[in-house]
Amino acid sequence: MAVKVRIPTPLQKLAEGKGEVSVQASSIQDLLNTLEKNYPGMKERLCDPSGKVRRFVNIYLNEEDIRFLSKEETPLKDGDEVSIVPAIAGG
Amino acid sequence: MSFLKGLRCRECAREYPKEAIYVCEYCFGSLEAAYDYDGIKQVLTREKIEKGPKSLWRYRELLPIDGEPTAGFYSGFTPLVKADRLAREWGVRELYIKDDSVCHPTWSFKDRVVAVALSRARELGFDTVACASTGNLANSVSANAAWAGFKRYIFIPANLERAKIIGSLVYAPNLVAVSGNYDEVNRLCSEIAAKYAWGFVNINLRAYYAEGSKTLGFEIAEQLGWRAPRHVVAPAASGSLITKIWKAFQEFEKLGLLKEKLNTSIHCAQPEGCSPIADAIASKSDTIRPVKPETIAKSLAIGNPADGYYAKDVVMQSGGFSAKATDDEIREGIKLLACTEGIFTETAGGVTVACAKKLIEQGRIPRDESLVLAITGNGLKTQEAIQSAVGEAVRIEPNLSSFEEAVMKRPGVKV
Repeated sequence: MAVKVRIPTPLQKLAEGKGEVSVQASSIQDLLNTLEKNYPGMKERLCDPSGKVRRFVNIYLNEEDIRFLSKEETPLKDGDEVSIVPAIAGG
Repeated sequence: MSFLKGLRCRECAREYPKEAIYVCEYCFGSLEAAYDYDGIKQVLTREKIEKGPKSLWRYRELLPIDGEPTAGFYSGFTPLVKADRLAREWGVRELYIKDDSVCHPTWSFKDRVVAVALSRARELGFDTVACASTGNLANSVSANAAWAGFKRYIFIPANLERAKIIGSLVYAPNLVAVSGNYDEVNRLCSEIAAKYAWGFVNINLRAYYAEGSKTLGFEIAEQLGWRAPRHVVAPAASGSLITKIWKAFQEFEKLGLLKEKLNTSIHCAQPEGCSPIADAIASKSDTIRPVKPETIAKSLAIGNPADGYYAKDVVMQSGGFSAKATDDEIREGIKLLACTEGIFTETAGGVTVACAKKLIEQGRIPRDESLVLAITGNGLKTQEAIQSAVGEAVRIEPNLSSFEEAVMKRPGVKV
């Protein structure tokens, strides 16, 4: 399944400078692994050593925070859009 | 002379240059300003601060800019009100209100952070500034950027209070109302910030901006005669303010500016309909679970608080607690502060008052220990929230008999 992923600025260096990439993945977990395969070093930035998404990293599927869905197990389908966004201070 | 050394990751302590960056490339932790405290210690004394401007810039050495400030010359240095009438009501000995409902120029503590953010934005060469806001920040960026001559883009949730919308529009920013809650506005803005070379005060300028909140803590300590109070109750949205009040007291202690050893507990106040930080503190949880906010305290309606973990740590390490206020308790809190101290605060202030009352009643804050409430915004901005709870004026005809009939003959009126 082709999924569009928006890459945050701090990680664009790892993704050949791209702000958006397309990957084949069936779940968020799968997407994280695929990103790592395509862009080595990406996963350790996004996940802690146990493989869980770091607490200051927010991942959104079609604008919804995956913590309100099934977290890393959230399934993906063709045409989905995923955003990776660092936590932001309020106002 | 600048004492700002650079930026440092709050998680892994990696160091970065003092640029418009906000997140650690390695671990995604947020970056924080790092100072040369030895250098500051050599020049900063109580006397020097006391002779400084009557604004937050009296603490300039402890703020993250390189040159002279260029915004917010009159912001901060708000009154610390000795709240004897409210103290009597609650049966506590020593109570103060740090009253940022009268902060210049837009009546909330956000004028502090924006003064710093815009001064730094100019140093970093931006001509356009922007923010994602629950309202108070929108007002402050709109006003201060107008004065300082920046182009300005302001992003808000579309359902904001009318006064906060007009209070931004009057300064002619590009005001963008997003269909969604604050967390959605924030996510959108982080994507916009990645695409446009603007100074987003709470995104790529966040490391500088957030430091402005320290000045609220500095002022409390200075105004108490160079001592920190035993307790502070502060509201939490992103959680940043709590961490910066704490940092302020610690910096003053490190620099030898406090007359007594620091022994302050910071308590966290949140509305019942958006309390991810308060809940994590109450349940001693390691994780902060994001929520979908539903509260009249819109300025605190951040369901996914970026500084939540740090705020939780400060509260727990300092021996503080958390409390939550329902919408009705928030309205009661606003009215109580108005009727005892003559201060009309916004909903966030109502949360703080209501939560302080609970913490006192629960014995978490002993009645014989000093307490400061951080009142962070002005009630004229959130009138919708209180409208139904304040009654109506007595309507009369313009003659004496109508007055006496309608007003003086009411039950209980004595002349």
